[in-house]
Amino acid sequence: MLTLAHFLTLSAIVFSLSIAGIFINRKNVIILLMCIELMLLAVNMNFVAFSRFLGNLDGQVFVFFILTVAAAEAAIGLAILVVVFRNRQTINVAELDDLKG
Amino acid sequence: MMIQELIFYAHSLVLVLAAAMVITVRNPVYSALYLVLAFFSAAAIWLLLEAEFLAIILVVVYVGAVMVLFLFVVMMLDINLVPLKEGFSRYLPVAVLVAIVMAVELLMVLWSKGRLGVDMFPIPAPNPEGYSNTRALGELLYSKYLLPFEVAGVVLLVAIIAAIALTLRKRPGIKTQNPASQVRVSREDSVRLVKMKSEKPREV
Repeated sequence: MLTLAHFLTLSAIVFSLSIAGIFINRKNVIILLMCIELMLLAVNMNFVAFSRFLGNLDGQVFVFFILTVAAAEAAIGLAILVVVFRNRQTINVAELDDLKG
Repeated sequence: MMIQELIFYAHSLVLVLAAAMVITVRNPVYSALYLVLAFFSAAAIWLLLEAEFLAIILVVVYVGAVMVLFLFVVMMLDINLVPLKEGFSRYLPVAVLVAIVMAVELLMVLWSKGRLGVDMFPIPAPNPEGYSNTRALGELLYSKYLLPFEVAGVVLLVAIIAAIALTLRKRPGIKTQNPASQVRVSREDSVRLVKMKSEKPREV
């Protein structure tokens, strides 16, 4: 029997994994962006599971909007990444310290 | 009922393994490919939850567009991977600790004795035959959520313009056409009529 807790457990595990990914890949902006996408996936899975078990479609509409915003975020994030690489020849977060006082 | 659990556990296993590979693998290209695998397994689990439209959208939009964008950028940039991986083993214990603490906290909420009401939702009956998830979602989207839907379109438009404006570059020293000045050309710029007397033929 697949209960709500099964799906919430899965998304909790995926969310924790992506938190760990942000810690261990803190130099590489591309993998940081991928970890954010993974987090959004885990959150979306919560929304879909609750929508199913509550019998309410509003949760799926929210997932729709989250997917829209995530696509926009990925497009702008990668554009910024390309500009940064063009100017600095690196995407190492540790070297991007121009704003440091 | 049994086959559903089999599908759920198989795809959950693939999803968790793929997520673990995304964060540990050395090459960002492989990382993006494992993320594609993770999205595919998640789409299968969403199908199990009878969210058919979103499952297809996840495959079409995420795997088909966003991840291909990631792959493009990863392959376009000539990244030196060695300095990006330093600190990997240094931060690994902290990362594992934080992840385990967080997962245990979340799972304690879900699987503790009272379960904080999570188990009060009964397992819903499958949707009747002929039920269209896409149609139901569309009716909701174009009635109750019409204004947010339009705003989502504006967000995408802003993203398009921002991405183009950020990556557009003007390089000096290259010969390009300027369409505006080409269109603006008038007859006076290039043709000059000169009044002069007619020439007499030379006497032989």
